[in-house]
Amino acid sequence: MGAKIKIRGKAKDGIAKMKALMPHPMETGTRRDPDGNVIPAHYIETVSCFKNDAEIMTAHWGPSVSKNPYFAFRVKNAVAGDRIKITWRDNTGDTSEGELTLK
Amino acid sequence: MNRRKMLKGLALLSGLAILPLRVFAEMRAAFTAEAPEAALKELFGDKPIEQSDAIKLKIPDIAENGAVVPVSISTEIEGVESISIIIDQNPNPLSASFTIGEDVFADVSTRVKMGKSSQVRAMVETSDKIYTVGKEVKVTIGGCGG
Repeated sequence: MGAKIKIRGKAKDGIAKMKALMPHPMETGTRRDPDGNVIPAHYIETVSCFKNDAEIMTAHWGPSVSKNPYFAFRVKNAVAGDRIKITWRDNTGDTSEGELTLK
Repeated sequence: MNRRKMLKGLALLSGLAILPLRVFAEMRAAFTAEAPEAALKELFGDKPIEQSDAIKLKIPDIAENGAVVPVSISTEIEGVESISIIIDQNPNPLSASFTIGEDVFADVSTRVKMGKSSQVRAMVETSDKIYTVGKEVKVTIGGCGG
């Protein structure tokens, strides 16, 4: 399991502005270590966002998303008490998630 | 029926498509494409692409650090199905593609790596057309080699 996703967000007037930080190396697979060996690609491929268990958004990423990805989006029809969950899966099959109940 | 339609049909049949989800194999091909036009072809097939000033692409004119370039894309266009970021000069130009469901706004922000100065394009997909806007970004220190 990868490092936990950090989520922040608040519902106001039916709209929730969400921000997420995902600690992850996002290695491109083209860099070399000091000994000249290629560092294998290791990056998040799919991010899924859920509101009360219904998927509302999916992000597909390549390795050119920056290290420790930042992701912000706005949810419609959001009220206090709604649960927002974000999960990711990387190219090695590793996964992580984070969840927040809107206030 | 072409390969794209068939894959989408199969995904629908197997009940995978909650959102207008893209087929995984199709996304892989788009992300590994080495030319922007090839990536666009994999993503959108033959859908017409049209310049639009109804898309807001927020990205610095000069990126001092190519490893972390903030990008925000938003639009008021109706019926947006996906938003994608294309960085023409990157080894694999497609950087990210966001599938927009009914309960989110067409408004996303992230940070991307840029190997060198390049045009960056926001691609906004609707059911029948792709809308796009581009911006030249100058990179002082590249962020792909290391």
